[in-house]
Amino acid sequence: MHEILVGGGTVLDATGARRADVLVGEGRITAVAESIEAPAGALVLDAGGCLVTPGLVDLHTHLREPGREEAETVETGARAAALGGYTAVVAMPNTDPAIDSAAVVRQVLDLGAKAVCQVSVAGAISVGRAGELLAPLAEMAALGVRIFTDDGAGVQDGRLMRRALEYAGPLGVVLAQHCEDASLAAGGHMNEGEWSSRLGIPGVPAEAEEVMVMRDIALARLTGGRVHFLHLSTAGSVAMVGAAKAQGLAVTAEAAPHHLCLTDAEVSGYDTRFKVNPPLRSAADAAAVRRGVASGVIDAIATDHAPHTQEAKEAPFDQAPPGMTGLETTLAVALTELCQAGDDPGRNLKPAEVVAALSWQPAAIAGLSDQGGPVAPGRPAHLCVFDPGQSWVVDPARTASRSRNNPWAGRSLTGRVRHTVYGGEAVVIDGEAQR
Amino acid sequence: MNVTLPEVAETADTRHLLSVADLGRSGIEEVLRLTDSFVEVSERTIPRVPALRGRTVATLFFEDSTRTRLSFEAAAKRLSADTMTFSAASSSLNKGESLRDTVETVTAMGADALIVRHRSAGVPWQVASWVPAAVINAGDGWHEHPTQALLDCYTVRQALVARGADGAIDGMRVGIVGDVKHSRVARSGVLAWSALGADVTLIAPPTLLPPSLAGWPVRVSHDLDAVLPDLDVVYLLRIQAERMTEALLPSLREYTAVYGLTRRRAELLGKDAVVMHPGPMNRGVEIAAEVAELPCSVITRQVSNGVAVRMAVLFLLLGSGLDA
Repeated sequence: MHEILVGGGTVLDATGARRADVLVGEGRITAVAESIEAPAGALVLDAGGCLVTPGLVDLHTHLREPGREEAETVETGARAAALGGYTAVVAMPNTDPAIDSAAVVRQVLDLGAKAVCQVSVAGAISVGRAGELLAPLAEMAALGVRIFTDDGAGVQDGRLMRRALEYAGPLGVVLAQHCEDASLAAGGHMNEGEWSSRLGIPGVPAEAEEVMVMRDIALARLTGGRVHFLHLSTAGSVAMVGAAKAQGLAVTAEAAPHHLCLTDAEVSGYDTRFKVNPPLRSAADAAAVRRGVASGVIDAIATDHAPHTQEAKEAPFDQAPPGMTGLETTLAVALTELCQAGDDPGRNLKPAEVVAALSWQPAAIAGLSDQGGPVAPGRPAHLCVFDPGQSWVVDPARTASRSRNNPWAGRSLTGRVRHTVYGGEAVVIDGEAQR
Repeated sequence: MNVTLPEVAETADTRHLLSVADLGRSGIEEVLRLTDSFVEVSERTIPRVPALRGRTVATLFFEDSTRTRLSFEAAAKRLSADTMTFSAASSSLNKGESLRDTVETVTAMGADALIVRHRSAGVPWQVASWVPAAVINAGDGWHEHPTQALLDCYTVRQALVARGADGAIDGMRVGIVGDVKHSRVARSGVLAWSALGADVTLIAPPTLLPPSLAGWPVRVSHDLDAVLPDLDVVYLLRIQAERMTEALLPSLREYTAVYGLTRRRAELLGKDAVVMHPGPMNRGVEIAAEVAELPCSVITRQVSNGVAVRMAVLFLLLGSGLDA
């Protein structure tokens, strides 16, 4: 593998920002300096006008393999991730079979070994994600699994969740919860409120999420266990997690890009691309989630990339599967929605704060010590190079994902990935995947 | 026979009838005006006009229905359209064919209009986005049932005219009683009655109201006895037995006791008030059997007006002579 010089950009990582070129060789960063001469034979990547950051890390990716390869595979999902600036993703375990055993963990890790970004695996908390019996957490942890979740559903049984937190304590892992009380959410397909009432679609109240957030904060206090809250979507959830953090509990939280800016009004045309779980909420909820990112209550922005085939999404709204893709659009959505300047603190973030929520903060939650920077000599060469000022229109036909269910199709976003370097390999050059 | 077809006024986008909101007040009034002509046609010995000769109307009923489907088919035939009937029970849906493939197949057979009934809200909107045919919503989940609302308004207007009034619905007090939450009839009704200037009150236990009524031009009451004497129209909704299993109601008996139009309650009605029900009725639950037979009940008129109203809608969408 030849050397790579990323030249002319501004390096931005957890230590701050500075004008610097970055030289990469043998999979690692070999030099970071204001002006580096390109060595003979080096690949030169132009980073003029760009930020050069640690590769992005997604805590919440549905790669669909094994079982739903018509919607996505590890290979295609990883390619979409690389195009979105990601050098690591955490694959969610709601596959078929579920990632609830060492064997399935190994299968996905093997597939990921050949992919264009690091594929880390989240294991299920319960066998088959059925919420009844504990999955073999220690066996999976021994293979490197650091996040466990039954994502797609919440662990309904409070006692099972308590035992999982207690059992997981010595493993040094985090339990991630999809907060959704099944009885309160039963039968719902969108946010309960003005729009669901008008559209005649059964709703899911914000409280279905909030009662489980409340319960798991209590269980974190009881057990001392680490809880990560997946895709928070309501103002009440953000407030409760903020209060729990203020009390010093070991809780972290993420928000999905769609919950930062899209609202339940999008459902008015019955377009199933806007069906997602948790559902798109009210404008007030979206504003609270943005302020949660700004205040640091929400540690990470995670895609919840959930590919579905067009055939699956062309069902009636109440029969279509929930989920939207996001790997290729999340950085741009976050920059567009959160970095607008002005009086609203939820829209007045600096790009450095956005990248923190997309790179080193999620890397820390996932225990991925090779990811998230800093951009310094000796560190593994995982880099994202993006132009924060470039506007582009989302065209799902051009996605690397097998699925096209992106809610921003046809919309203009600002901020575009130019190059991605993963493990010293330029996997994306000038916005084009290299393999 | 010399046939004079009614004049059709230029209206807004009339390619589809998905929601009552697509029509607005002027559109609703246009349909009601046209309906008068088609009621007259229906009363002839040979109730048929050649207005839609050569056009094909397909009914796509993904959910069981008797009266709505028969009513649309009768309307299409009286306008001389060819008809195709699709029903989910006997279709390739059972062989795994997708909704979109089914709809495209029927359209490929030459359907100019698709009359769609589905148990899921929004399906007519999806269908309209997939095929070039005109789409008429014949009931989508809990959402809308526009032709029901139109025939209800027509029926009230007819009752007003019969007693010598001018048929204006402005200022009338309409009470919609019962399971509003799950009712497409109520959602379309609220839009139609209020567009025509009526004053709408929803009367139901809180569990059977939509979670939010923000933006709804309605009042709410939980006391039928108190509201009843002031109503010009009492519109009873069908109550379904499964509501008990969802903990929305303790029992049908209690529902009847509190919200049913019993014989005793019917005596509270004003002398010109009319009683309506979209059918099928649960006699003895939301309405007492003998109340449905009182002179103030226009329930059978609703059914018979259904054909003429649907003729008006089909004629508006397909028969303007402009060859949409």
